Amino acid sequence: MLKIRIIPCLDVDAGRVVKGINFLSLRDAGDPVEQAKAYSDEGADEITFLDITATHQKRRPMIDVISKTAEKCFVPLTVGGGVKNILDIKKFLLAGADKVSINSAAIKNPSLINESSKKFGNQCIVVAIDAKKKSKNWNVYINGGRVDTGVDAISWAKNIEKRGAGEILLTSMDRDGTKNGFDLELTSTISSAVNIPVIASGGVGCLKDFFDGIKLGGASAVLAASVFHFKELTIKQVKRYLKSKNINVRIDNLDI
Amino acid sequence: MKNILIIDYGTGNLKSVHNAIKTVSDKRDCKILVSSSIEHLKKSTHIILPGVGAFESCLNGLIKTRVRGYLEEMVLEKKKPFLGICVGMQMLATKGFENGEFAGLDWISGEVKKINNQNNNLKIPHMGWNTLKFLKETAFTKRLLKKMKVTNLNDLSAYFVHSYNFKNKNANEKVITSCYGEEITAMISKENIIGTQFHPEKSHYFGLAFLRTFLEQ
Repeated sequence: MLKIRIIPCLDVDAGRVVKGINFLSLRDAGDPVEQAKAYSDEGADEITFLDITATHQKRRPMIDVISKTAEKCFVPLTVGGGVKNILDIKKFLLAGADKVSINSAAIKNPSLINESSKKFGNQCIVVAIDAKKKSKNWNVYINGGRVDTGVDAISWAKNIEKRGAGEILLTSMDRDGTKNGFDLELTSTISSAVNIPVIASGGVGCLKDFFDGIKLGGASAVLAASVFHFKELTIKQVKRYLKSKNINVRIDNLDI
Repeated sequence: MKNILIIDYGTGNLKSVHNAIKTVSDKRDCKILVSSSIEHLKKSTHIILPGVGAFESCLNGLIKTRVRGYLEEMVLEKKKPFLGICVGMQMLATKGFENGEFAGLDWISGEVKKINNQNNNLKIPHMGWNTLKFLKETAFTKRLLKKMKVTNLNDLSAYFVHSYNFKNKNANEKVITSCYGEEITAMISKENIIGTQFHPEKSHYFGLAFLRTFLEQ
């Protein structure tokens, strides 16, 4: 049986791991290479590495940091931030990423999803949605949460699936960094609208939030940044808790 | 001195396999090469055939580099330890049915067929960590499991990403399976040949222990 994945996320700015609240006011949380190794040793099922200011600062992504991270990371590595085109995706994959997450570029040029998933395989392409509540529905934001596209998140999610993406990384901007739990309404709405895995992100504060994201949100994977960075929770703790709640998680390395 | 050769035949990303082998091998005693040169193939003590991409394009890549004949000499006659990963295992089959019907290397009898999606109830590719089922004990699995220090074998899992399944003919060549709608062949073994559908290079402790066990041969 496939396991529910626990994914720590490294939000990287200028080569350092950082964490903000509602996407802004960043604070330093360490070296990405060391962090990735520590997480993978501790039992992370995958690691996500996001260069969060690349698009906003109009920078190219940091290939050398990614390639050093990949050397220490023996679980799948997803890399995102600043991806503009097929060439950027190829560069990430050659640097050692297993999957590439695209966000702003997918909205600006949706055919990038079709082209890249055809070229590199569906499992390689993750589309990130940063969603913020607008009256009844949610709007998709880009440029690291700075620009409202006016696009409806539900129809965008369906569109992403149709174009061949392998997964959706769904972040609630309203919850990001608040530790008030995932936006379960958003997560369950999107995960029931599509038939590809949805990774829930944004807002984890305690053990129960992970459980809720899976059980009530219907997420195939749960992603968290600050609770792991600031050692409020460890990956082992989360997995032991979920296992005690009968969630199917990978635990084979916990006793080593 | 071990000469570990990761065969580069122009498809996929070999970096993760290289990174993992680098981590588990002893620098003083091992040389790792990523190449398709016949010279390297002759000198090698351990051969790894990774595979990312479609069955036919991987096979064509292998044929284009002209290594096939030498590879068969090294593996089938000289009996050098060989590990095929993912499509690198699938290529060992008699036939593959990805985008048509193609002849494989036919080192291990069987056919590679698309995973049944159970009327759209299953997401294809089969992607993620899945539980392993050990069907039998071999000298290899015995040493591997000793390294894992687990009490319950059913707790072990590995990372899979694939849409096709190696349905091998001889049951005694199947060592590990997994389950995704149907039985998935996860590891096959025949004399000096090992194949895995999962990615040991991405299966962390278990995967690294697997690669270590392979290199000890």
